[in-house]
Amino acid sequence: MSDARAAAHEPVGRGRRIAPGWWFVAPALLLIIVFFLGPVIAAVGLSFTDFDLYALADPRAARWVGMRNYVRVLHEPLFWQALRNTLYFAIVGGPLTVAASLGTALLVNARALRWKATARAVFFAPFVTTLVAVAIVWKYLYHPRYGLLNWMLGHIGVHPIDWLGDPHWAMAAIILMATWKNFGYNMLICIAGLQSIPRELHEAAALDGATPFQRFRHVTMPMLAPTLFFVVVVTMIGYLQLFTEPYVMTQGGPLRATTSLVLYMYEEGFRWWRLGVAAAIAFLLFVLIVVFTIIQRRLSPRAGT
Amino acid sequence: MSVSRNQRDRVAQIALHSALIVFGVLSLIPLLWMLSASFMATGEASSFPPALIPHRPTLEHYRDLFGRLALGRYALNSAFVAVVTTIAALGINASAGYAFAKLRFRGRDQTFRILAAGLAIPVQVAMLPLFLLVKSLGLVNNYGGVIVPGLASIFGIFLVRQYALAIPDDLLDAARIDGASEFRVFRSIVLPTIKPVLATLALWTFLATWNDFMWPLIVLSDDRKYTLPVALAGLVGEHAQDVELMMAGAVITVLPVLTLFLFLQRYYVEGVTEGSVK
Amino acid sequence: MAGGALLIHPALFRRPQRGVGIVASAALLVLCAGCGRASGDNTELRVWAFGAEGEALAPIAREFEQANPGVHVRVQAIPWTAAHEKLLTAYVGGALPDVAQLGNTWIPEFAALNALEPLDVLAARDSTLVPRADYFPGVLATNVVDSVLYGMPWYVDTRVMFYRTDLLRAAGLTSPPTTWAELRDVLVRMKKVQPPGAFPVLMPLNEWTQPVIFGMQSGSTLLADCGTRGVFRDPAFRRGFEFYVSLFRDSLAPALANTQISSVYQDFAAGRIAMYITGPWNVGEFKKRLPAALQNAWMTAPLPGPDSAGISLAGGSSIVIMKQSARKPVAWRFVTFMSNPARQARFYEQTGDLPARRSAWAAPALANDPYLVAFRTQLGRVVPTPPVPESELIVQLVAQAGERAARGRQTIDEALASLDAQVDAVLEKRRWLMAQRLSPARVSGKQQ
Repeated sequence: MSDARAAAHEPVGRGRRIAPGWWFVAPALLLIIVFFLGPVIAAVGLSFTDFDLYALADPRAARWVGMRNYVRVLHEPLFWQALRNTLYFAIVGGPLTVAASLGTALLVNARALRWKATARAVFFAPFVTTLVAVAIVWKYLYHPRYGLLNWMLGHIGVHPIDWLGDPHWAMAAIILMATWKNFGYNMLICIAGLQSIPRELHEAAALDGATPFQRFRHVTMPMLAPTLFFVVVVTMIGYLQLFTEPYVMTQGGPLRATTSLVLYMYEEGFRWWRLGVAAAIAFLLFVLIVVFTIIQRRLSPRAGT
Repeated sequence: MSVSRNQRDRVAQIALHSALIVFGVLSLIPLLWMLSASFMATGEASSFPPALIPHRPTLEHYRDLFGRLALGRYALNSAFVAVVTTIAALGINASAGYAFAKLRFRGRDQTFRILAAGLAIPVQVAMLPLFLLVKSLGLVNNYGGVIVPGLASIFGIFLVRQYALAIPDDLLDAARIDGASEFRVFRSIVLPTIKPVLATLALWTFLATWNDFMWPLIVLSDDRKYTLPVALAGLVGEHAQDVELMMAGAVITVLPVLTLFLFLQRYYVEGVTEGSVK
Repeated sequence: MAGGALLIHPALFRRPQRGVGIVASAALLVLCAGCGRASGDNTELRVWAFGAEGEALAPIAREFEQANPGVHVRVQAIPWTAAHEKLLTAYVGGALPDVAQLGNTWIPEFAALNALEPLDVLAARDSTLVPRADYFPGVLATNVVDSVLYGMPWYVDTRVMFYRTDLLRAAGLTSPPTTWAELRDVLVRMKKVQPPGAFPVLMPLNEWTQPVIFGMQSGSTLLADCGTRGVFRDPAFRRGFEFYVSLFRDSLAPALANTQISSVYQDFAAGRIAMYITGPWNVGEFKKRLPAALQNAWMTAPLPGPDSAGISLAGGSSIVIMKQSARKPVAWRFVTFMSNPARQARFYEQTGDLPARRSAWAAPALANDPYLVAFRTQLGRVVPTPPVPESELIVQLVAQAGERAARGRQTIDEALASLDAQVDAVLEKRRWLMAQRLSPARVSGKQQ
């Protein structure tokens, strides 16, 4: 190791200066600690108090209540409904989005396809758009009478569905919209994954007489499986944080069918200022995400040959 | 083999491109309808059967939005916030990312691991206490409160670090031997070398900030300060019946980011693939 | 705001320095701290109003500006769906306006937060402009918390009966019912002349106004002991609750939520609903949406009570001045400006909101409208909901208990017992605060 590098990397010690590396990371670290980690820890603390409207006026009115908020939340039917709604969205929406991503990735990656860059741009465009704006567009697309979707479905004989007004269909409508918006992102990852499969494997299979479908099943899928699995879980974790779509399109209705955990937390926190309860909900959401992450680590398949 | 190789290829080509066109159109329909409806006369979009093309295109909704409803101001607000955030975030995240990649200091790897774990925490957990903190700093209803909390991004640090790992150490050592300070090394050698990832990071930050909704919604109570997404959501509350007007608003919100994306696709795409390589 | 972008020196682009992040964010903080300050020496009065009233307030603001040169009134119109959260967020953030419209059921809540400026002294000083006697007493009472006046009523709202006069006649009656017994009799008779499967009266199960009104009509105060516990099991409330539930059990009212009913006006026109307990906005809606042939076949009437004419709810919106305001004298001038009877009458013509000033009702638009007679009468007999911050939550619980009993999921006793238990749980904090003598309505010192 050269003298210069050694000098630059001197560890902190008596009489030595602080390693310059710390100066470089200081602004970012400071911001993250003050504006992220700090509030997170405060949130955990808040969740053990009954901090509410009264406490806003006078902090003396906040009491330590231990696990009471958690018990209350876990007994609240709306929490379980929000949990069900959120899981429905994540577990159905996640794989659906990734399936669409994989499909379009296969399409764009196909050797015989021209205009790859354009195709990629077209499929990725929805991801780039502002969620609030597209939520509003889809709100009108879903109109039972004047919306494009029911009109198109009408051509194949499907009766008009009140997508956002019918409790049975509302969440499915949001899932469809989220899939449309997000599939482009994972499509790029799938393309990268597809391109990392060595050509020789495909060629060898082709020489053995495998059809494209068989090649897909026995060469592509096993090689892609770890990436796919990772992408599905990451997407699901992102979907567990559903908020903007129901806030803009349905306000959590109809009959609470689209109230997600984050929307429920927002209502408790910013509409009713039951901060203790809201913090408890947020922490429970975090626990849910950790559970998903652990499941992902445990079940992650290894690349096959 | 009854079908020749050429014929099979041609069939495959046709099938592929047809599928491409079908899915491409499906992908674009909502955006195309949004654009089309924004030029329709009031009430035309709520007709049955649904209108696909405006009968007689009109700019009245755009005029309404920029005139009476002052959407131009919100667009400028969004632009201001996005530009300032991007520039500031670039400096902060790039220096941190480089340091984690190339500089040695005690606790570097543990710190980085803790940061990576932080990615699993949903941002909403922090939102309420963060609001109280921002309030005590006097930054509520103020662009400072919107911008500052989001400046440091774990994802951005990740991205830069990934890229910076590939910088040859000899390059840096040579400069150090010549007596350059670490800051000088960073400024003169590292930054030019990592320009591509800087471009990607800038683009990502700009887009994320422009599209941000929940935090500006909470922090800004003065409607003159609203960013575009917040203003748009507010418009829905009052003008839910004016489909064409809302579509025009959506177009104005989406157009800048779409345009930016179309011209700088490459950098955006690289961000996704770089970020996912683990 | 956009000017801020130009302040970023071009040199920062050409030679990015290590400190660019720190410098930029520091500059930003300084810059943005300035963004929040009010500019100029012109007095700017910030006013928040909600829903349709928000937009209708603009011309009044212009009039005020003309009458008060040097004052600029900025009205921010906020949708009702976001109003409550924006108010509370602004309270926490210290960003409340000077003057705000406030639904009068929210006044106890904001009084508890110490967010409202008491108006007793100002109202007494300007008693010629805003004489207390000129307000409906029941409505004015909603603005008083712990004997302190916190708002001036702006427009009022109450619930009365809307009914089909022709169906009433077909049922063999000439005048609307004034007691519960008469009401029940009328409904039974109307049901016979309605199309089969129809229900005479519509009372959506998720609306809290109906069960609460019946409970209060039979004399219940809903809460006792300074609003710290529920008294729903007491005979007074029980009587009203029983009557309410019996209407469903006897198939006189449909067991539906208002989200399940898509076409009230069409059903009313077709005779599938003969009676509807609702508010003043429906006068305009009925006039607009019912077919011309039916315009002479409906009327409003005050609500019947257990033994004589009954009370109804004192609803509506008030105008309040926020304690955080730095422009209270101008704010008060604006409040009195909005409280002017002639102006309130004009406001009615624009929005259909009934004036809170009794003298405003002398205006032709209000005096000559036959449908408004019932409202005027009823407003003389209105009662507020309990003045506690948890009111809104409590009345929702009442509606839910009513729904459970109406649908037969619980008996009346079970429903009332669980209601009392739930309400007591909601009020637990309030009880604790009162025990600590940290009176929620008067908090010393802590100012946001």
